[in-house]
Amino acid sequence: MKKHTVHFTLNGSPREYTVNANELLLNVIREQEKLTGTKYGCGIGECGACTVHVDGKPTLSCLALAVSVDGAEVVTIEGLAKRGELDPLQKSFLDHNAVQCGYCTPGMIMIGRNLLDENPEPTEEEVRTHMRGQLCRCTGYASITKAVMGAGKPAPEFKIPAE
Amino acid sequence: MFMNTNTRLVSPEFDYLQPKTLAEAFTMLADHGGSAKLLAGGTDLLVQMKMERQQPSHVISLSRVKELAGITEGDVLTIGATTSIRDVSRSGPVIAGYTALQEACNAYSTVSVMLMGTIGGNICNASPAADTAPALLVHDASAVLRSGKATRTVPLRDFFTGPGKTVIQPGEILTAVELPKPAKGTGSAFLKISRVVADISQVCVAVVLVRDGDTITDCRIALGSVGPTPMRMKQAVGALIGKRGTPEAFAAAADIVAKDITPITDVRATEKYRRHVSRIIARDALLTAWQRAAEGAAK
Ligand SMILES: Cc1cc2nc3c(=O)[nH]c(=O)nc-3n(C[C@H](O)[C@H](O)[C@H](O)COP(=O)(O)OP(=O)(O)OC[C@H]3O[C@@H](n4cnc5c(N)ncnc54)[C@H](O)[C@@H]3O)c2cc1C
Repeated sequence: MKKHTVHFTLNGSPREYTVNANELLLNVIREQEKLTGTKYGCGIGECGACTVHVDGKPTLSCLALAVSVDGAEVVTIEGLAKRGELDPLQKSFLDHNAVQCGYCTPGMIMIGRNLLDENPEPTEEEVRTHMRGQLCRCTGYASITKAVMGAGKPAPEFKIPAE
Repeated sequence: MFMNTNTRLVSPEFDYLQPKTLAEAFTMLADHGGSAKLLAGGTDLLVQMKMERQQPSHVISLSRVKELAGITEGDVLTIGATTSIRDVSRSGPVIAGYTALQEACNAYSTVSVMLMGTIGGNICNASPAADTAPALLVHDASAVLRSGKATRTVPLRDFFTGPGKTVIQPGEILTAVELPKPAKGTGSAFLKISRVVADISQVCVAVVLVRDGDTITDCRIALGSVGPTPMRMKQAVGALIGKRGTPEAFAAAADIVAKDITPITDVRATEKYRRHVSRIIARDALLTAWQRAAEGAAK
């Protein structure tokens, strides 16, 4: 099997890798770069935990060969924050307590960011339709949906019910 | 799907080739013959390679071959083989004239798979559950197959030969699908039943109806996940053409559909369930297409 030299930008910085033809983008990100925000879930495209952006498009990195992204711009969850400022969607996930175990969160945010870029004011149905490929096994979908709809808006107030 | 394999990696070893033109791709195919595999979006092929059901010696990526991507309108609508399902679903001409195809694309299980997966990969993979197949069948599409030497156009109804099997010969590449212009008074619809929205179908159905007043002047019905290939329903169509488009006529045609299909029981549904649901969604799709045909615009 021939080795390939591939170049792409990862979270804005140009990178060069030497990879086998059968190397997956997911494993380059996790193992060579130690960027472990992007998760391995099912390995067959059904859970969305490995979602990254390739040239701005949500891509399942468990089903993408590293050689095939030569020349592309790859962005992972680690690349969303700008100059130490969280992306408004990341902030909204915190504000809405939309994280339980956290495993699905990076994938949720990557696809959610894509939805908001296309449609900054999505309805609940639009959020659920766009994010139907992301599985949350804590079943925290209600808060996740609210977090996407609330991105860039003031944080909700959580009141502790009076005794 | 789940076997005793490690889906963290692609274990088969292969050489990766990335042609920039069709001519280069044909040369590579000729050099590596039957043991090479074409790669489009990879959403079928890479899963199969992880499962070690496919172990090609060479993988030839089509993603940089510009001639294969995009949609052009002429005497027919030409959809390039590597056009993503998402791009098909958002194409103006598809939205305007080919509702069943647009609905089939939107019925795909997930947005990421719509963005990565291609229309060519969907039909070349030849799963009986391929969502675009019944829609393309009712829109009377043809597959354009090219080799280094020749081009042939195969009606999609003659394209599928079995589960995972098509008429594509070694050395050939599907370059596009072509859809003829819909006749005046056309309406179409696609319906899919799956266990959850993010899954392939238990049953899906596509319908095209052409109406002149209250009369059905033409009709095509096709189903997925109910036999070894996507299936066209000739008997049911025969019972409708020339008749008045009434709920009773559509229900009777749907009864014929439920008899003519040859579903199996598998992990997704039983044979009995598939027959039951096929009758219902065939009827509903006929009623919807009929109504759309009345709304005037050729859809
Ligand atoms: C999580 C998940 C969900 C899915 N959901 C759906 C769904 O809801 N509905 C559905 O129909 N499918 C679904 N699929 C299956 C798959 O995504 C589709 O069939 C998709 O359209 C395949 O396109 P691709 O470009 O990824 O194909 P690839 O995997 O790249 O190729 C598939 C096959 O076609 C061949 N091929 C590709 N292009 C050409 C060409 N131009 N000429 C000749 N041969 C070619 C390849 O060699 C390969 O054998 C799903 C898959 C996954 C992983």
